[in-house]
Amino acid sequence: MIRWVLLLLGGALLGGVVHLATVIILPRTATQDAYARLTPIAPVNTVVALPIPSPEKAIMPFMDPAFASAVCRYDLSEGPLKLTVPVSPAYTSVSFYTRYDVAYYAINDRAAGRRVIELDLMTAAQHEQVPEDEEITAADRLIVESPTPTGLIAIRAMAPEPGLMPVAQSAVAASRCMRQTEPARTRK
Amino acid sequence: MRLLTGTLFALAIATFVGLGMTYFALSRGAAFGALPIESWIAWPKTGTVDADPYARASIARAGRLPVALGDGVSFTVRSDDNGKFLDGRCDIVLSGITPAARFWTLTLYNNDGDLIANSINRYGFTSEEIVRRADGNFEIVVAPRANPGNWLPTGGIERYQLVLRLYDTAVGVSTKAGREVPMPAVSTRSCP
Repeated sequence: MIRWVLLLLGGALLGGVVHLATVIILPRTATQDAYARLTPIAPVNTVVALPIPSPEKAIMPFMDPAFASAVCRYDLSEGPLKLTVPVSPAYTSVSFYTRYDVAYYAINDRAAGRRVIELDLMTAAQHEQVPEDEEITAADRLIVESPTPTGLIAIRAMAPEPGLMPVAQSAVAASRCMRQTEPARTRK
Repeated sequence: MRLLTGTLFALAIATFVGLGMTYFALSRGAAFGALPIESWIAWPKTGTVDADPYARASIARAGRLPVALGDGVSFTVRSDDNGKFLDGRCDIVLSGITPAARFWTLTLYNNDGDLIANSINRYGFTSEEIVRRADGNFEIVVAPRANPGNWLPTGGIERYQLVLRLYDTAVGVSTKAGREVPMPAVSTRSCP
């Protein structure tokens, strides 16, 4: 009897280890996470507008139907990326996610303070290679460091009422994310 | 033989307990750092790099992208102020004001995060669309049948959740549940 109780206790303890291990491993093995859902429709380093979510069809759960959204699935292994997002009249935000869908940075139109949100996305290693004087001369250049070489940029513009949706959609559709062929050198 | 059956028994218990706990934790959306305000709950940390392993796992499992903290905060409500689950066949009233934010949206989802089909294709409200009273308070009726004023249709489903997303707001990780963060009251007005 005691033997079985001990085995039960041992099993339960081991169960705790299994639980923690599965929770930690799950994001790396998930086949239907946001990144995986977007991979078939979003080519690398290109802004792709996402359809407005509807009851029949939504690419991801819990999308806000009041927003026009677009994603840029990025890969920085070839070099840094330049992102430009024109702001829409109401509210525009750009959120950055790692390969495992963890949000690491976000900026909105007010924080950007101009008509266009412009920033450079690079890995920490690429940031180190940016010449220091470049950084000083281009003080208004916003540099975002990505913790992972791949990830997602979500560009979202709000339509405060349904009639303004086309305006929001055209704002996100005019966004660009592209690789800098000559990093930091061709720019003034 | 005894050793073998004993080991198998312990391993079976471990599998059952471990996977069961993982399933339970993730389907409940458990994570640390919850910010409960009345019946609403938010996890501001889930939208940052400090997201804990539970938050990361439930994000990956749901396949959603969390609202990044620099963008906004999302509050969810699944039951009214008396603890009764939100029932799509009842008339539920949201009344009061929201915390300060540049914009907010209120959206109705089923428990899988899908929008609910309805006759007027309305899935939520934005802060600009809402009709307010003179004192700035608003009232939203979430009900299966048309109501005057701000009506959010439920499509008659049994269980749903409302998500209030505050955009460009000061509510965040350092916010304490309390008076500076007023959330709308949620009450069940009538049930068939």
